[in-house]
Amino acid sequence: MTAAMRPQASACPACSAAPAAEALAEMAEDKEAKLALSVPTVHCALCISTIERELAKTPGVHSARVNLTLKRASVEADPEVTAADLINVLDRIGYEAHELDVGTLSATATDKAGRDLLMRLAVAGFASMNVMLLSVSVWSGAEAATRDMFHWISAAIALPTIVFSGKPFYISAWGALKHKRLNMDVPIVLAILLAVATSLWETSLSGEHAYFDAALTLTFFLLAGRYLDHRTRAVARSAAEELAALEVPRAVRVRDGEEETVQVSELAVGDMILVRPGGRMPVDGEIVEGQSELDRSLLTGETVPVFAEPGFGVSAGEVNLTGPLVIRATAVGEETSLHRMADLVAIAESGRSRYTSLADKAAKLYAPGVHILSALAFVGWYLYTFDMRTALNIAAAVLIITCPCALGLAVPAVTTAASGRLFRKGMLIKHATALERLAEVDTVVFDKTGTLTAGTPQVENLGDFARRDLEVALALAMGSSHPLSSALANAAREAGIKPAQVSDIEEVPGYGTQGRIGDTLVRLGRAAWIGAQPLAQTSAFLSVGDGQVRAFTFTDTLRDGAEDAVQGLLETGKEVLLVSGDSTGAVEALAQRLGIEKWIAEALPEDKAARVQALTDEGKRVLMVGDGLNDTAALAAAHVSISPASALDAARVASDIVLLGGDLSPIADAVVTARSATKRIRENFRIATVYNIIAVPLAVAGLATPLIAALAMSSSSITVSLNALRLR
Amino acid sequence: MQVLSYLIPISILLGGVGLLAFLYTVKSNQYDDPEGDARRILSGEWDDHPKP
Repeated sequence: MTAAMRPQASACPACSAAPAAEALAEMAEDKEAKLALSVPTVHCALCISTIERELAKTPGVHSARVNLTLKRASVEADPEVTAADLINVLDRIGYEAHELDVGTLSATATDKAGRDLLMRLAVAGFASMNVMLLSVSVWSGAEAATRDMFHWISAAIALPTIVFSGKPFYISAWGALKHKRLNMDVPIVLAILLAVATSLWETSLSGEHAYFDAALTLTFFLLAGRYLDHRTRAVARSAAEELAALEVPRAVRVRDGEEETVQVSELAVGDMILVRPGGRMPVDGEIVEGQSELDRSLLTGETVPVFAEPGFGVSAGEVNLTGPLVIRATAVGEETSLHRMADLVAIAESGRSRYTSLADKAAKLYAPGVHILSALAFVGWYLYTFDMRTALNIAAAVLIITCPCALGLAVPAVTTAASGRLFRKGMLIKHATALERLAEVDTVVFDKTGTLTAGTPQVENLGDFARRDLEVALALAMGSSHPLSSALANAAREAGIKPAQVSDIEEVPGYGTQGRIGDTLVRLGRAAWIGAQPLAQTSAFLSVGDGQVRAFTFTDTLRDGAEDAVQGLLETGKEVLLVSGDSTGAVEALAQRLGIEKWIAEALPEDKAARVQALTDEGKRVLMVGDGLNDTAALAAAHVSISPASALDAARVASDIVLLGGDLSPIADAVVTARSATKRIRENFRIATVYNIIAVPLAVAGLATPLIAALAMSSSSITVSLNALRLR
Repeated sequence: MQVLSYLIPISILLGGVGLLAFLYTVKSNQYDDPEGDARRILSGEWDDHPKP
C-alpha cells in the first residue's frame, strides 16, 4: 500500500494510477466494518441458522455468526452497511435486535486472561494426576531403585509444570513483597518452592519422602480457585460491558445545513447538534433552535418535565421529549457535567477502598503465622538433631500442610455459587467484595424517580372527567409522543373511550397539542399555555373552548417488585430511607404508599451523598439503591450500592451490583443470600482451621508423610467446595 | 519390572496427547459459545458441504 502511495516517476499516468486505485481498493477492504448486535430473543438451532442466513444474504455483508450463549450476532461487512440496516433485516424475520458498540466490547482482552489461567490449570491438572499415580505406587510399597525412578520421573514432570503453572502466584507474591507486604500468595510460593527443592534433594539422596505430588496438587487446587474467581468476574464484566455497549455514543451534527451522524467523541465545542424527540443530550450546550420539553429526572430526580426554548442551557444526559432541538455544544467529553460528576464519585469512593475482604483478613492473620510456625519447626529440629536435611524436610512439611489450599478455595467457591444464584435472579455482582459488604447492610437508602418508580406516568383522575372531554383529550393525546400524552391515550383507550372528531391536530413542541372541533380551538398541554395555574404535581391541562380548564394529574407507576423489596427489607429489620430530588408532595405520597417512615425531598446530589456519609459516620452500613446522575456520588459513598439496568452509565459504573431486569424484588433476597454466603465463607475458614489444627502438630512432630499431606489437602479442599455448594 | 520402562512413557505420552488436544480446543475458541454449538450440531444445513 505504502509503495503505491509514493509518487512514482512514470511515463504513463495510467500505469501509476492503476496501482494507486488498487491500493485504495485494498484500503477500503481493510476497513471492513465489524458490527455487533444484541439479539435477546434467539433461543434455538433454527434461530441460529435463520439469522445467519438472512444476515449473510444482506448486500455488503461478508460473514455473520450468532453466539447463542451471549445472545449476540457479530457481522463483518462493508463499511457502508450500518447496524440500522441489519436491525431492520432481523426485525423483518421477527427478531428484536439492538446495536452494540464494538469499541466497548473488549471481551477478547478479558478472555485472554481467562484462557491463560485455564491453560495453566489444565497443565497443572495433567501433571498432578500423573505424579499422583506414581506417588500412589510409592506409598503402596515401591522400594529402592523403583522408588528412585518414580521420584525422578515425578521430578521431570513437576519441575516444568511448577515453573509454568505457578506463574500467577509468583507474580502476585513478588508484587506483594516489593511493597513489603505479605499476601496469601507468599506462603503459597514459599511452600511450593521449598517442597520442590527439598524433594529434589531427597530424591538425589535416594530419600523416602518426596512432596512433588503435594506441590502439584496445591498448584492445581489454588489455580482452580483462581479460575473460578476469574470466571465469576468475567461473566459480570461482560454483562456490564454489554449494558454499556447498548448505548451507542452517536450524535447528529449539523454542518452547513447538512446532517451527519458522528461519534460523540468527535464533537467539539461550538458544534451544532440536532437532538430528536426521545434522544438524549450527548453534550452540555445551549439551545439555538426549536422548542421542546426536557426530562431531567436522571440528573435531578424531578419528574415534571421542564420547558425548553432557545437560549436555555442543557446538560448531557437530559432527554428531549417533544420537538427537535438544535443545540450548540458548550462543553464536550470530559468537560460535561456528566463527567464532572465523576470527580465527586472518585472522592466518595476513596472511603470504600478501606474495606478489607474476609480473605484478606484471613491472610493477614494466616501468612505470618505460617511462616513463624515453619521457621520455628526448622530451628527447633535443627537444634535438636543438627541435621539440615531433617530440619528442612520438616519445615517443608509444615508449610505444605498448613498451606491455604482450602483457604484459597473458601472464598471463590462460595462467591461463584452465590453470584450464579443471584445472576439467575437478575442481579449482576460487579465488585469482588460486594457480597460480603451487602451482608453487613443495616440501612437502605432508596432513590425515588427511576428506582422505586418506573419513570412512566399514570393518569390518576380519569374518573373525574366527562366522557366528551375524555374523547377530545384522547384525540389530542394521540397526536403526540410525549410520555404524558401516551400515558393519557393508553389510559383512555383502556377505559373504552373513542377519540372525538378533531381536525387540524398539530403538536406545538414545548407546549402541547392543539386542534379544532368546528370553530372551537381545543388544547392539551402545559399550564401556562392553556392559561391555568400550574400544580405541584405532574399534570397536563385540557381546554375545550368553553373557558374552563381541567387538569389531568399523573403519578409515577411503581416499579415491579418495589413494594416487595421495601416490605422484605423492613421485615428483616433494616432501616429504610427515601431520599429524592423530587418535590415534597410526590415524595411524601410515595413514602406513605410504601410504608417508609423516613423520607427527604428536594435533595441535591451533594445532599444525598452527605446523608449517606452522615449515616456511615453514625456507624450504619448503608446500601444505596439509585439510578440517576444525582445519585452517583451517594452510590459511591455508600457501603454497597445497587442500580437498575435502566440507570445512566455513570450510575452503573459507580454501583457494585446491577439489577438486570425491571423488577426490584430480588434486592431483599440478595441481602439474605449475601448473608448466608458470608456465613459459608466463615464456615469454610473454620473447616480449614480444623484441618490445620489436626495436621500441624503431626507435621511439627515430624510424623507427617507425603501421604498424610495429600490426604489432608485433598479432603479439606473437597469439604470446602462441597460446603460452598450447600448455599441456598 | 521391565514392563515399567514401556508402560510409564506410553501412559505419559497418551496423557500428553489428551492435554494437547484440550489446549488445542481452548486455543481454537471452542468454548466461546457452548450453548450455540450444542444446538448447531442439530441443524442439517451444512451436512452435505462445509460452510463456505
